[in-house]
Amino acid sequence: MAEEITIPGWKKWLEDIGEQVSFFIRFFKNIFVGGFEWSEFVRQCYEIGYRSIMLVGITSFIMGVVLILQLRPTLVSFGAASMLPKTLSVSFVREIGPVIIAIICAGKIASSIGAELGSMKVTEQLDAMDVSGANPLQYLVVTRILATTIMVPILSVIGDVIGLFGGFLALNLRDHISISLYATKVIASLDYTDFLPAFIKTIFFGMAIGFVGCYKGFHSSKGTESVGLAANSAVVTASLWIFVIDAIAVQITSILFYK
Amino acid sequence: MEEKATKAEPKEKKTHDKQEAVIDIKHLKKSFGSKDVLKDINLVVHRGENVVVLGRSGQGKSVTIQCIVGMLIPDAGTLKVFGEEVADLSEKELKELRMKIGFLFQSGALYDSMTVRENLEFPLTRVLKIKDQAEIDKRVEEVLDGVGLAEAIDKMPSDLSGGMRKRAGLARTLIIKPEIMLYDEPTTGLDPITSREISELILNMQKKYKTTSIIITHDMECARITADRVVIMDDGEYIEEGTFDSLQKSKNKIVQSFFKDIS
Repeated sequence: MAEEITIPGWKKWLEDIGEQVSFFIRFFKNIFVGGFEWSEFVRQCYEIGYRSIMLVGITSFIMGVVLILQLRPTLVSFGAASMLPKTLSVSFVREIGPVIIAIICAGKIASSIGAELGSMKVTEQLDAMDVSGANPLQYLVVTRILATTIMVPILSVIGDVIGLFGGFLALNLRDHISISLYATKVIASLDYTDFLPAFIKTIFFGMAIGFVGCYKGFHSSKGTESVGLAANSAVVTASLWIFVIDAIAVQITSILFYK
Repeated sequence: MEEKATKAEPKEKKTHDKQEAVIDIKHLKKSFGSKDVLKDINLVVHRGENVVVLGRSGQGKSVTIQCIVGMLIPDAGTLKVFGEEVADLSEKELKELRMKIGFLFQSGALYDSMTVRENLEFPLTRVLKIKDQAEIDKRVEEVLDGVGLAEAIDKMPSDLSGGMRKRAGLARTLIIKPEIMLYDEPTTGLDPITSREISELILNMQKKYKTTSIIITHDMECARITADRVVIMDDGEYIEEGTFDSLQKSKNKIVQSFFKDIS
């Protein structure tokens, strides 16, 4: 009988990092392999994008309302109530919108992908695909990661618009401001240095959400419990990645644009 | 090959080309952590032969066929399929080999987001790269007819019974016309009547598509119906082999324990 081998925690962690890098390289290679799965890609864009609009919209709307209600007393005490549209738009477009929407997407999309692929692993569907000579990475992983990479930025833009509209309605609870004046103030307070870096980082948020969901699903162990664990772990890891990417993106943006 | 008439006798006596070993396994070993699952597996399967591997649960029966398709890499020994050492194959060569092998999973492993039709179309479009929809439709309908599942063509896997799922899984595997079929416990979880139907279906499909098969099971009725040769596995080794009838007369106690309920 062979001796029981105990692998230290740090080695497992390093192995996991290695696995993730290897998985990412395989994903990247498979983008350029012939026979892109267009129909599955479009289906995933619909599932990931269209089916998340309601959740993203409601969350963004509430965030816009809450931010105005929280900001108003402070700005009014400084006699700066007119700054409310500018403060909301800059904070929402630069930071709060992309991050909150990405976290919402991590909760909905990464968990859904993790659970779906984890369930396919448990029921031997991934093995069946692999053993038949088909390419599960191309069909399942490439389509999902590319769909999240494209749809999360689009959802983020939609969320920004809805959040700013929520702010407008909240502002009108106590003050009176026309939609055209509000829109003028919002547009005037934003330039490309607010919008562009935020948009670019949502592309990375989307890629991280798709990648983590697929990786956790593909690497779940065989058991029904592992499906729940894959979904849970996908949400936690994707959320963590969003904050890490955000921290790096803010640093780069500060260096490039806000000297 | 010596073979006596059996009770149900759905099978005809066959002769195999003894010279052509499609699968050749020698001294195969595989461990998981501290557990030695395969200790010394030796098996030669000839073209057109149906070999049933009998053994208790958890003895590594499925591990052997997972090694054959390259899902698992053996720790030691040689495993040749069509004369090629599986462990030495490149990714491309392994993919080409897998196109010649059908693997029926215990659960059927149907893709649950697709209808039965889409499940069957999947290997045709992704593996064989067939573009002609008329050709795809013809092959799907033909193979579904063969397994008696033509009426379920547009159903989702969740709407199928256990037996129907196995039939659909078998149809999806056979649609690429494999030369070798590997069945992982094809009758597990089914009632005796459906089990028998599936066993007879395996035999009929083997005749129709002229496949070489390894059937992993602990269902004695399935073994009796489908086997040209039965191999008994215990503690990581194949301890005895022969025809179903010859093994019934074995003096080995482990072999006897499998046959004791067979009258």
